[in-house]
Parts: sequence; structure tokens; C-alpha cells
Amino acid sequence: MTNSTHAARPDWPTLRRWRQRLVHFGLTGWLGLSIVFFWVVAAIFGPSLLSHSGDAYGGAVFAPISAAHWLGTDYLGRDMLSRVIEGARYTVGVAFVATLLASGSGTLLALLAAATGRWTDSVLSRVLDTLTAIPSKMFALLMVASFGSSVPMLIFAAAIIYLPGAYRIARSLAININALDYVTVARTRGEGTAYVMLHEILPNITGPMLADFGLRFVYVVLLLASLSFLGLGVQPPEADWGSLVRENIEVLADVGAAVIAPSIAIASLTIAVNLVIDNLPGRAARERGGR
Amino acid sequence: MGSLVVVDKLTVRAGDATLVNALSFTIRPGEVLALIGESGSGKTTTALALMGHVRRGCEISDGSVRIGDKDVLSLGARQLRALRGRTVSYIAQSAAASFDPSRSIMDQVVEPTRIHGTMSRAKAEAKAVQLFRELALPNPDTIGQRYPHQVSGGQLQRLMAAMALITDPDLVILDEPTTALDVTTQIEVLRAFRRVVREHRATAVYVSHDLAVVAQMADHILVLRNGQAQEVNTTAGILTQPSHAYTRSLLAAARPAPHLAEQVEKGTLLLDVIELSAGYGAIDTQGQPASKILEDISFKLYKGQAIGVIGESGSGKTTLARAIAGLIAPCNGHILFKNRELKPEVHQRSKEELRRIQIVFQMADTALNPSQSIERILARPLQFYKGLKGPALQKRIHELLDLVQLPRSVAQRLPGGLSGGQKQRVNLARALAADPDLILCDEVTSALDTVVGAAVLELIGELRRELGVSYLFISHDLHTVKSVCDEIIVMQHGRKLDQVAHADFDRGPHHPYYELLAASVPELRQGWLDERDAADQAVLAA
Repeated sequence: MTNSTHAARPDWPTLRRWRQRLVHFGLTGWLGLSIVFFWVVAAIFGPSLLSHSGDAYGGAVFAPISAAHWLGTDYLGRDMLSRVIEGARYTVGVAFVATLLASGSGTLLALLAAATGRWTDSVLSRVLDTLTAIPSKMFALLMVASFGSSVPMLIFAAAIIYLPGAYRIARSLAININALDYVTVARTRGEGTAYVMLHEILPNITGPMLADFGLRFVYVVLLLASLSFLGLGVQPPEADWGSLVRENIEVLADVGAAVIAPSIAIASLTIAVNLVIDNLPGRAARERGGR
Repeated sequence: MGSLVVVDKLTVRAGDATLVNALSFTIRPGEVLALIGESGSGKTTTALALMGHVRRGCEISDGSVRIGDKDVLSLGARQLRALRGRTVSYIAQSAAASFDPSRSIMDQVVEPTRIHGTMSRAKAEAKAVQLFRELALPNPDTIGQRYPHQVSGGQLQRLMAAMALITDPDLVILDEPTTALDVTTQIEVLRAFRRVVREHRATAVYVSHDLAVVAQMADHILVLRNGQAQEVNTTAGILTQPSHAYTRSLLAAARPAPHLAEQVEKGTLLLDVIELSAGYGAIDTQGQPASKILEDISFKLYKGQAIGVIGESGSGKTTLARAIAGLIAPCNGHILFKNRELKPEVHQRSKEELRRIQIVFQMADTALNPSQSIERILARPLQFYKGLKGPALQKRIHELLDLVQLPRSVAQRLPGGLSGGQKQRVNLARALAADPDLILCDEVTSALDTVVGAAVLELIGELRRELGVSYLFISHDLHTVKSVCDEIIVMQHGRKLDQVAHADFDRGPHHPYYELLAASVPELRQGWLDERDAADQAVLAA
């Protein structure tokens, strides 16, 4: 019975609002969006489009940039372009899933805390505050040391580390919305907690939560890169961008292409995501009275 | 005698929209001109333009403003700074938002003299104390040492007037200075303002939407609508011989309405509140909350009846509505609905009980979810209580929109795209969607303009006649309550002081507090405030 009208037909105002958001994108926003789009395409389709395979050995070690190897070769003579593009799958994929988990569950818990209040709120807040007290790299180290390094493990660790931050932000937004009259009206109508959480509060905090999602994504990328750099992340022969930097760190002083390429990849992704975020909720939207 | 202020063809634009359109008027020294109109009519924009200021996104595209020998619109930033607070000063609607909470009142009141270097600190303070005295502030010698949160809203508004007057400006702009105040406070503030304006022979622009208030203050009235002057005349002229149709509609909306509520036959007993007490904060050992808001409230509401609850802010009237709606658990007493006891909290009540009592809030802005379309807002109670769907649901939504006199085209819009009056109608329609027996109206017209508010009140009266809904109508405005209700409950400090039946509205004797409230509502004629003053003097003398 719930939302039969709503589900039967898309919610036009929401769509319209999204279109407006895109229209308000500035030049930097489009630049960021295209870089992100490039890396997403690289992660999904890249490996099947490459002529070289990333694990093909042979050839010169640390070869410079050439027509055959656009980004040179690494310490085992593998094509660097293929390595970076294959690494995108790990970096972008793992970071995306981990951030989605962290932001999603953080927001849900926050909505629950705001809508229920009292002891649920207190318990959730204190437990998650405690988690914040543990340094992120230390926690990741601990997890990897206890359970070994695997992709699901990395996703899980990153999600737990970034969950409390997302929870804090979502809760502070949700508490404000929860005090507004339309939520009170829904309560006096007799609506359940789930309805209040998902239909009354959630749509009004998505703007800032998406901005937070982007920011958190960048943190996760950097965490994964630094873990891989320490040799705790994705294990060889597979490599994400962090481990590519570590593998080839010895040529930092002279040639560089092999170590600079993955570094630029990390930098371009993080900067691009930030450019998109800056343009996302937009001052224009806030001036129109949106949040 | 020449004019002090000459405004010629002033035009203010925001993008494509024209906020003020070729407005011209003059003010002679010592005169008070009132700008009156509904919200969005450009009255505040005009007032700000007199200081050479426009809000962000607006620009003065044409015209001139001359104050004394200064052409305000041609001044540079530095000259404008020298003008503001010295030649022209401004008193804003919300004094609470205009004072810096971290500095003492005296510091802020004498600040204009310091900025403009007009007099020494000691002299400025002496002058401030003199102004405090003239504005009838309590303890004029020491009130300056307090901080803004230590004085009441009405006092803060008068302190702001002192701040505006300390530099002896040529022109004072008062922007809705009493709109946010209770009636009994408003009368004090009005009285103080009028006295200083008269004594200082100040030239003033008084911006307001309330004709009755303006009638006490102004020499001339300029009626604005959509940025255009509709009519300019002396106050007496506007009140007695309005020439423009819009002025007449404003006057009609401001006059005490002929009591819309004809006596409705009392039906069965609907709501019976028995010795209700409620409050906030920690519960002590006797089961009493730390701060008690309501004490021993009892009344009966019959089907088809509309009961008004009146009192100043803080009198507990909103808490009463919240207790009945189940948002605050009462600590004592009972609420019987159709002779069955209502559970104290919302989640303990049955869906059917919840459906029968609906609440409509004051601020239509926050009462509608900004991310849901009007259609969705109205559809939810219909789906929730009645399980309507498909064409039946669509039909009912259209019926509801017709009922509250909104065009069906608003259904697809978001609340942000509606005006204040339209939002309040949607708010009512949502309550009606549940097909309730009782609607709790919490200050539903307080945030609306006079004309729009009057239309909403008329709608409320009509719905009552057509659908037989009962109302508990909460307001701080006696005039509003009188026009819709057939019984009035007077509340102060959480207690019920008096209950007045329809026939006795204008016929005493009543509780003195009711008399005070009744006497504090400004009447739409000149000289009303003088008569009140004279009457009070007589009481004091006796």
C-alpha cells in the first residue's frame, strides 16, 4: 500500500532537481566529472581494450616512454599503461564499494538514531565515537594482521574506519530535520520509524550526504594507496595504484614515468572527485532554499 | 516648507523581476509616512533603498533619492557609510537578531556616535540614558549595563530605537518594529515610539502590514502593491475615503470581521479535557516535570464547535495542543475523546484515534516537506488511513485542492514554489485528507499577511459549516479568534483564566486579563492610542 502512486511513476520533482543540479555545474565540475568518468570506464572496460597485458614480462626494465609502451615499463619490464589501467579496477572499485558501505550504513544508523532518539541515539553515538578514537592506519594494520589481506577484507576495514564520520555528519543533519513540523505531522499521523527515516528525513539530507560521500571516497582512495604502499593492501602480482608506486619507487630519482604515472592517477582521481563535490549541491541550490 | 525626503521614480530590480516600479513620494520634516502592503509588495525594499542599500541580487536601476541636500544614490561607499546611522537610521523587525549577544547594551547603543565621532562617550551615555527614560524603559540608569538576553523582546525593540535616535538622524526608518511582539507588549512599544517621534519631531518612514498600527503612528500612508504605489493620502483620508480598490480590500481585511461564526448547534461531546497538567524536563519523585507549562486545564468541546485559545507567548497554548495531539505526555489529568480516554503518547493511540485529531502548524514553511510534491504530501494521509490508490486517490486529491481553493496545477509543484498563503492551504488540505473530527490549529494565520490571513480564516469558517469539523483554534490575536470561534479560553502562565461564550465576547464583565487583551488590539481609527493613554491616566489617577 505504501507509495503506490510514488512507485508507479517516477517522482518528477526529484528528477527535475537533479537536472537543475547538473545545469548548475561549472567548468570545473564538468572537468572533474569527465576525469571520474574516464577512470570508471577504465576500471570497467580498460583491461579488455588493451593490446598489452599487464603481466606480460620481457622487454627492457624501466623503459622510457615510447610508442610501444606509452607510459614506459616497470621494474619487471611490464607495460605501465596496462598496469595502471588494471590497477584502476582495484583502486576505484574497492574505494567505491567501501565508501558506499561506510556512507550508506552511517546514514542509516544516523537516521535511526535521530528518529528514535533516547537510548538508541546514545548507544549508537557512544559506540561510534569510540571507533573514531582509533587511528585509521593502525586499525587497518590490525585488521590485515589478524585476518590477512584480501579485497573483501580491505573493503570491510575501510568501511568500518569511515563509518563513524559519515554517521556524525548525517546525525547532525537528521536531528535538525527531525525537529521540523513536517516530521511532527508525520508522527501524529501515526507513521512508523522507517517511514519517518526514509521518506521524511532522508530526502532532505541527501545533498550534503552526497558531498560527504565524495569527500569520504577520496579519503578511502588515499587510505588504500597508503596501505598498498606499505605492502598491506592488494597483493602482487595484482596491483592497485598505491602498490604500483611502491614497486617502482627506486626510479623516483632518475626516470620516473613508472612511478609518476600511478601517482598522477591517484592525484587526478582525488582532485576530480573534489571538483565534482564542489559543484554538486551548489551555492545556487542553497540560495533557492535547498539544503 | 520644503520636503526633507524626495524619492523620484525609484525602480529596483532583481534580475528580470521589478520589485519597486517607478515609485515617487516626498516626506516633509517632522512627518511620519507609512509604507503599507502585503509581503512581496516592495515596502522593505523601498525602505532600504532610502539608505542606498539593496539586498543581494537586487539593483537600483533608475530614479533618485534625495535626503536633505544629499543625493543618496550617487554617493560612494565611504559617503554612504557616513550617511547611514547618522543621517538615516534603521530599526529592524527583529531586535533580538540585530543585537550582538556578547556586548553590553550600552556599548551597542552608543556605537553610532563612536563610529561617526559625533560626541564623547560620556555625553553619548548621558544622552542614551535620557532616551531610555523617554522610551519608558525600566531602570533607565542601569539597563545599559545588561546584555541583550537579559531584557524582554519589547524592551529590546525600544533599545534599538534608542540606538537609532542617538545621533539625531534626519530620517528614521522603522521596518515592522512591532510585528513580532504580543499585543500587550506592542501597545507599550508603540506608545514609546510615538512619544519619541513626537518629542524629537523626527521624520520617519514606518513600514508595516498592519493598518490599525499604522493609523496610530503615521501622518500619511502610501499603499504599495507589487512595487507600485496604489494610493497616497493622509491617514484620515485613507481610512475614511479610500479611493483605490486594493486599499478598500486592505481596510476590509483589517476591520474586525463580522463574526463569521454563527451559532452552531452543539452536537455530542467530542473532546473533554479534565484537569490536564503537562510540562517539560526531568520527572521528579512526585511524577511532576521540572518545568510545568500547563496546570489544571479543563474544558469541553462539542461536535461542530470552534473554541479559541488565546494568550501571550509562553502562556502554554501550544503545549495544550501538543498534549491533545499526543506529542507531550500529560503528568496529570485526562483527555477524553468521544468519551474514551486518549492514551498519553502518539504511539500508544490507535490509527483511528489519530485520524480523528489532526494538527495544523503555524509555520507552513516547516510544516511541508520541501522534497515532496504537493500531490505526494496530500496522497500520504489518504493512503495511510484509507488505503486509497489509483484514480480514486487522484480524484480525492483534486477534491481536496478544490476544497481549499487551490488550482489543481499546484499538485505537481514542490512547496518551495508556493506562496505563504498557498502553503497554509495545503497544510489545511493535508489535515482534511484524514477526514478528522477535530483540527488543532496552532497560530495558522500569524505568519500570513492581513489579506491572505483573512482569506484563510474565511476558508476555515466555510469548512466548518460544510464539513462540520470542530476546531481548537490557538492564537495570540483576539481579533482572529473572535472571527472564527464561538467560545474563547483565555490562558496565562499555563492556567486557564476565563472562558467566554460567543454572546459575551463584547459584553462584560470578564477576567481583567481578557479585558487587557481586548483593549490592546489596535483599532482601525486615528486617535485610538491617545484614548487608551487617557484612559490609563484616568485609572492611575483614580
